[in-house]
Amino acid sequence: MVKKIIGQCYIWVLLILMYLPVLVLIAFSFTEATNVGEWSGFTFDLYPRLFQSTEIMVALGNTILIALISAALATIIGSLGAVGAYYSKRRMRNAIDLATQIPVVNAEIVVAFSLTVLFVFLGNLVNAYMFSFWTLLIGHMCLSVPFVYISVKPKLQQMDPSLYEAALDLGCSPTKALGKVIVPEIMPGIFSGFLLAVTLSLDDFIVTAFTRGNGLLSGEKKIETLSTLVQAKIKKGPIPLEMRSLTTIIFLLVVLAVIGITIYRTYQAKKVERRAF
Amino acid sequence: MQSKTSAKAKRFFALQRKYLSIPYIVFLILFIIVPILIIVYYAFTYEYVDEATNITYIKVSGQAFLNFFTEWSKINVLIVSLFIALITTVICLLIGFPLAYFLADKKVNKNAVLITLFIAPMWINFVLRTGATRDLLTWMGINGGTHPYLATIIGMVQNYLPFVILPLYTTMMKLDRSQVEAAKDLGANGVQVFFKNIIPQAVPGIVSACLMTFMPTMSSYVISDTLSEGKITLFGNYIELEFTNKAWHDGSFMALVMLILIAVTMVISQRFSKDEKKGGGSW
Repeated sequence: MVKKIIGQCYIWVLLILMYLPVLVLIAFSFTEATNVGEWSGFTFDLYPRLFQSTEIMVALGNTILIALISAALATIIGSLGAVGAYYSKRRMRNAIDLATQIPVVNAEIVVAFSLTVLFVFLGNLVNAYMFSFWTLLIGHMCLSVPFVYISVKPKLQQMDPSLYEAALDLGCSPTKALGKVIVPEIMPGIFSGFLLAVTLSLDDFIVTAFTRGNGLLSGEKKIETLSTLVQAKIKKGPIPLEMRSLTTIIFLLVVLAVIGITIYRTYQAKKVERRAF
Repeated sequence: MQSKTSAKAKRFFALQRKYLSIPYIVFLILFIIVPILIIVYYAFTYEYVDEATNITYIKVSGQAFLNFFTEWSKINVLIVSLFIALITTVICLLIGFPLAYFLADKKVNKNAVLITLFIAPMWINFVLRTGATRDLLTWMGINGGTHPYLATIIGMVQNYLPFVILPLYTTMMKLDRSQVEAAKDLGANGVQVFFKNIIPQAVPGIVSACLMTFMPTMSSYVISDTLSEGKITLFGNYIELEFTNKAWHDGSFMALVMLILIAVTMVISQRFSKDEKKGGGSW
């Protein structure tokens, strides 16, 4: 009983400590004082101001756009890679697995720096400035592609190989069998790989800061994502007021996601229970 | 006839399916393997200016190597990074171990949502979170100007705790609690049970928790830069500095050092998990 009380206290104290900075920031999103800790009266003003700030809105748009594009491309390449590797010879498969591990264990800054040096090297070769939207996209894909591969691979191993054979015997063309049998079987892996890729891209700072350039999304200026914008601001001073209200919105989205996951899990658990009886 | 064509189609497609991985392989080679080869090339070459003609040229040289090992500031960065990474890892383990134990113990916690809540901070933008921590610490009087080390370590622990909790929680879920009970019945006291039973059972989790904190802390950039207000330079900060200065050769050498450190820790940790698979006899 004592253990239970101590354990629960410990868990909750730590949970509060983990969220404290964000919660404090959210609390101060209802006042207009510059520094956290000062209170100059209650106001909702920071919320409309967030949506009027073009700087933040552009950065937010860039972040989401890059996350979706890089995640979609990474999901296609990574899933195809996993399927192809699964049907390759053992030695080839092991080589691909090993190469996949490199970016996973590698430090993000080394990935970013080595990519930058590659683009500088190529730029010197062709005498041009390489950094643009495309280098940024490649940088983000470098982060997420191996994780898509890793999340699809176990689904292929769990798959019943005779299903594909059965589809062929029943008259499916191989391409159709691939689409109708293999893809649905590995769909959960593809989906979680895509989500992981989006998360990695949304959160990334270092690779973005190193590989971004001007062009496509930003014209003359360097592409600004949420991470790089926030970093530029907090280097100079406290978090800008509008970003406090942005934190509230992000936090609410995370809370919704947690609720969603919990509901999904309970639903899944119930389904398993029902099947058992 | 029918089966013959289908067999042919099968053989053809078996060939084809293998080829689906070509884009992936090309991507890995171009953007993962080639960049590493290029930093190796840059690390062992250096840019010189020919004084007569004023033309810059690149020559094989150990200049970056010499710069790294003779400049006290760079060795200092290495030592400070190792020190901060070590402290962060130890604190994370000390906090995370009991936490994972309690979270996985059905008697203490029946709520599966809690583990999700501990992971959820990772979904809030990382730079924004770091800024929030900095602002809160400044309010509390622990700003980077006066306590750079304390502020940085608090920020690191705050950020890497979820990465420690997850692997530890996974091993704790597999923990054989009847073994713990048996040890107690056979007369082991709490301390003995903890060191002779729970810790040995949790070794794989502890090893991966260390991997998830140590190297990322060493190579982190944003946390140390923001929380110490630029007063602490970690390995990651130094590589970023070389990037800003466009010192590709020196930066490549530092990136290479980082890469070698990571490879060494990976090999060591692999050995640990292999020992574990052979059976916990040594424990």
